[in-house]
Amino acid sequence: MSGILVFAEHESGTFKKTAYELLGKASELAASLGTSVSAVVLGDAPASELGGFGASTVYQVAGDFSAYSTASTTDALAAAVAQASPDVILAPASFAGKDALPRLTARLNSGMGSECTDLRVEGSTVIGRRPMYAGKVYADVVVNRSPALFTVRANSFAQPTPAGGGAEVVAVSFSATTPAVTVTEAKAPEAVSVDLTEAERIVSGGRSLKSGEQFDAVIRPLGAALGATVGASRAAVDAGYASHSEQVGQTGKTVNPTLYIACGISGAIQHLAGMRTSKVIVAINKDPEAPIFEHATYGIVADLFEVCPALEAEFKSVL
Amino acid sequence: MKIGICAKVTPDTDARIKPAAGGEGIDESGHKMVVSPYDSFAIEEAIVTKEAHGGEVVSFTVGPESTVTQLRGSCLALGADRAVIIHDEAAIASDALGKAKALAAAIKKDDCSLVFCGKVAIDDDNVQVPAMVAECLGWALVSRVTDFALDGDTFTATRAMDGGVKHVVTGTLPAVITAERGLNTPRYAKLPAIMKAKRKPIDKLDLAALGLTADDMAPACTFTNFSAPPARPSGRILEGDVPDVVKELVSLLRNEAKVI
Repeated sequence: MSGILVFAEHESGTFKKTAYELLGKASELAASLGTSVSAVVLGDAPASELGGFGASTVYQVAGDFSAYSTASTTDALAAAVAQASPDVILAPASFAGKDALPRLTARLNSGMGSECTDLRVEGSTVIGRRPMYAGKVYADVVVNRSPALFTVRANSFAQPTPAGGGAEVVAVSFSATTPAVTVTEAKAPEAVSVDLTEAERIVSGGRSLKSGEQFDAVIRPLGAALGATVGASRAAVDAGYASHSEQVGQTGKTVNPTLYIACGISGAIQHLAGMRTSKVIVAINKDPEAPIFEHATYGIVADLFEVCPALEAEFKSVL
Repeated sequence: MKIGICAKVTPDTDARIKPAAGGEGIDESGHKMVVSPYDSFAIEEAIVTKEAHGGEVVSFTVGPESTVTQLRGSCLALGADRAVIIHDEAAIASDALGKAKALAAAIKKDDCSLVFCGKVAIDDDNVQVPAMVAECLGWALVSRVTDFALDGDTFTATRAMDGGVKHVVTGTLPAVITAERGLNTPRYAKLPAIMKAKRKPIDKLDLAALGLTADDMAPACTFTNFSAPPARPSGRILEGDVPDVVKELVSLLRNEAKVI
């Protein structure tokens, strides 16, 4: 048993940025451990290219993975793991990372650190650092069995600079053993945008928007001007201004963008828990006592209905 | 048909969580404890399914005997028929896989064929136990479900994928379904049901009753070094007229924070 195996996810043959982020970090960890990095790719994608990002071997599992399946994802990853015999498995904290990876962990009778935001090596052990209680506390997680599995939140690590060179590609086949469900329909999202959990920029609105019409008229155009994904507070979602899938917070999405703009959001604990790891937080609220200002990098104490349109115009003129 | 629910008792979302002295775990004192919010959607869906198809609803919990309070109030008073609490110290102290093994054994012992779980428990945020229960039982799994319907032993479910994409899937029982926000609106308990819930049976099981030993509960994961979240550098309030502060903000985002 040796090495670090990275689950390199792709969308129709284009690797997701988490694939590169994980390979970059895996290369760093492998250098400290004196071991090598490999990757696993499900279906058709340019596997050899991952060599330029640090993978010496890529295990490519043949099959149609275009419609996500818990069963085939788990069975295929298990086949690749059997062939690669890694000590450590890194995967993105994506839908698959939350759905198939724990199932794989149970099959391997091992353990998994979920949604890590950092990984480090101490001695010969990889340690995950992760938020718990929706980010109200952080803890180290150590897996004392092999392989040790970790899922990692998007945007946790920098993208490595590609070097030349290709990886050796090893074909892997698998047999289906897990009870499957069949996808009969895939519905596209109403507005195409980056998922909140992967977004680099988020513009969020709260209850102060007062109606779904005003949310659509103020928050969505501001998001569009910035190329940002739109989010909402629990209060705004409960009031019907935005959809459930747009909720940021402890009972919604936990996000990790470089820029988070909170408009008319007071900053309840459960909302802060979902966005406090944002690199830069901008708060716009007319209540100077709103708790969100304690967490903001930049705050503007003013009416969002004045600030947001002006900000939208300014973004349009400079971006 | 027996329908199972996995219900976890966690601190409420408004709880201020602090690391315990020494950093081994969290300070558990003084929190209002609730059934984890996503598990409430699972409970509601189990009850709705029973109302449509008949059967019995049983909730399964790994936790101390004190969870009886929340299980009576938020599970049995809403319509679940019975609660099972696996209160063995070794199970409570185990990791996700240990707890999943205990829950799977209890679900099997009760001969359930459909189990609803919340998509995540809001304390450890692991998102592991439901998938592990499905694997331990050898059942199908559908995560983050926003719509569910049963016809005989065939189900149709809508699951929320990343990026706002939704999949409509069909499958056959037995299955583990995890509940996403939007699946339903949990009902409130009515007084007669609260009174009735006081007389509903609660089975308290140890590992031996499930054919498991403390060895099965040996955790693969250990959590240490708990601390408060990294402090944010103190921010600044931009003062002035709206047109000026907006220009200043965009300039700071571009030249100081370098995020646009």
